[in-house]
Amino acid sequence: MSDAAKALEPVFEPWKDPSQKPLIRFENVTKRFGDFTAIDDLTINIYEKEFFALLGPSGCGKTTMMRMLGGFETPTEGSITIDGQDMSAVPPNKRAVNMMFQSYALFPHLSVADNIAFGLKRDKLPADQIAARVEEMLSLVQLNKFASRKPHQISGGQRQRVALARSLAKAPKLLLLDEPLGALDKKLRQDTQFELMDIQETTGTTFVIVTHDQEEAMTVASRIAVMDHGKIVQVDTPAKIYEEPGNIYVADFIGDVNLIKGKVVKSGNDHASISWAEGQQDLTGIAHDEIPHGTEATLAIRPEKVTISTDRPEGVTNALSGTVLDIAYLGNMSTYVIEAANGTLIKAQAANTRRISRRAITWEQQVWLSFTDTAGVVLTS
Amino acid sequence: MRKLSWFNTLTLTLGFAFLYIPMLILILYSFNAGKLVTVWSGFSFKWYGELFQNEAFLSAAWVTLKVAVISSTFATILGTMAAYVMVRAGRFRGRTLFSGMIYAPLVMPEVITGLSLLLLFIAIGLDRGVLTIVLAHTTFSMCYVSVVVSSRLVTFDQSLEEAALDLGCTGFEAFRLVTLPIILPAVISGWLLAFTLSLDDLVIASFTSGPSSTTLPIKIFSAVRLGVTPEINALSTIMIGLVTIGVIGASLTTKRAIAKKQKDEREAI
Repeated sequence: MSDAAKALEPVFEPWKDPSQKPLIRFENVTKRFGDFTAIDDLTINIYEKEFFALLGPSGCGKTTMMRMLGGFETPTEGSITIDGQDMSAVPPNKRAVNMMFQSYALFPHLSVADNIAFGLKRDKLPADQIAARVEEMLSLVQLNKFASRKPHQISGGQRQRVALARSLAKAPKLLLLDEPLGALDKKLRQDTQFELMDIQETTGTTFVIVTHDQEEAMTVASRIAVMDHGKIVQVDTPAKIYEEPGNIYVADFIGDVNLIKGKVVKSGNDHASISWAEGQQDLTGIAHDEIPHGTEATLAIRPEKVTISTDRPEGVTNALSGTVLDIAYLGNMSTYVIEAANGTLIKAQAANTRRISRRAITWEQQVWLSFTDTAGVVLTS
Repeated sequence: MRKLSWFNTLTLTLGFAFLYIPMLILILYSFNAGKLVTVWSGFSFKWYGELFQNEAFLSAAWVTLKVAVISSTFATILGTMAAYVMVRAGRFRGRTLFSGMIYAPLVMPEVITGLSLLLLFIAIGLDRGVLTIVLAHTTFSMCYVSVVVSSRLVTFDQSLEEAALDLGCTGFEAFRLVTLPIILPAVISGWLLAFTLSLDDLVIASFTSGPSSTTLPIKIFSAVRLGVTPEINALSTIMIGLVTIGVIGASLTTKRAIAKKQKDEREAI
């Protein structure tokens, strides 16, 4: 990219700029329900205009975190500040935060327009202002034709959009989305993801989304926090989380990954090599920190970064051989499962550039796998 | 439609006969021209005319109606509040005891409820009259309302209330603007239940009523002890008619609302 183009579109990375003040600050927040610790000493900053995703399996504490932002739960210890204001004593109706509920929580006795107007009426705005804002919101989600319908008279996808319009109507500083697309079918979900991103950009609102769907988080978010057992395991951009997971849990949770266990034999210069099986060539991947020799480590490598070939590849850092155990044909690509030394199973993905009948590789065949020294990461935890 | 076997036909006939023959006889003799309630002597509306001349019956009917409307309204307010708290409060120490105590009057013998109220009114020096009947009826019918409303509230999606709070409502506004309109059908049927309970209560009313405040059931009961007249048949027939119209009306409205909702949902897809 040229310098001029860079100046036109600055990269949105407020978390890298120490002069930026975070909109939301969790400081050593702990939340216990009886003996169960839902959130464990969590500290994190979320910045204005971010599309921040909380990602994790059910029970990891992501919903509790969101409910604390909405004011429906209070932290047992620690503090939450929004825009510099401590939130512990502020009830939900006094927060410049709105939430889109997983069940949409549309009021069944009110029409679509009245649902959207509900929050505005609580602010005692003049009737013409309310009407104008409702109209604006209806256009934003393209539901003008359905203004007088009741929630049970519209489809699931339309209900989802009404819920979004209702939560955006008061122009909150922060919008919370609790599994907003969970109830939609796959096709509609993908379309809506892009719509959500558009709306987030148009309105300039900070979005915090809770999801267990990693694809959804990758698509919409500017940053993802991967959570497990009440702790944030890693916070990073989708690309970083995918390409350079900080530990095995994240690598395994996001997408498909090969985990090759071994011992570190060489480290430094942003790389580390592990010896993983006797008589096999050492494997090298990225490791930003130096790792002491002999440490148990795991090389995590994505299947699509592994090249499969019938002959031994020339001039590559990492190469190993094995026999084809399984082939999964996915249409646009195929996944090959290769049994390497020690019975280690490694997946490799290749685009199907030729018709299936012309495929060179078949079951039980001896093949070579190779990848570059920046394709995988060496993880110690 | 499937044809019923002779056994099923017989069971059905016997069951309905058992339920409705007494009432049919009562209704039939209200149109009797003669004074005897067991001998048919021609069709006539005479007793209905007499009934509307009878001051004692009319004033008793007025008291009953007044008591029923006021007590069922209070019972609905208190019962709904009790149900709301019990469902929303979640788990707390003594919850089972409290919810048990709300429902205990359902199984308490009426004689005991009536007696204890009577003793209370005497102890605090409250003269028996319309007020004491209203208080007594509110007490025993609010637990029925509470049962009806809480069964609706347990299926109520709590995120609706949270959404209302989130959009700027106070707790009370959330209840008034969101919860109440949605549970309103249950609240109304609770009111209707309390109303009918009050309308036909004899035992508790006879403990708590005073000389100036005789309710219709008490009036009928004492009149019957002096001998049944076709006038009472006529009165009972009118009451049966009113209750039947009420019940059919209520069930028709509910059915129509459900049918409309289903139609709307089909059209939405």
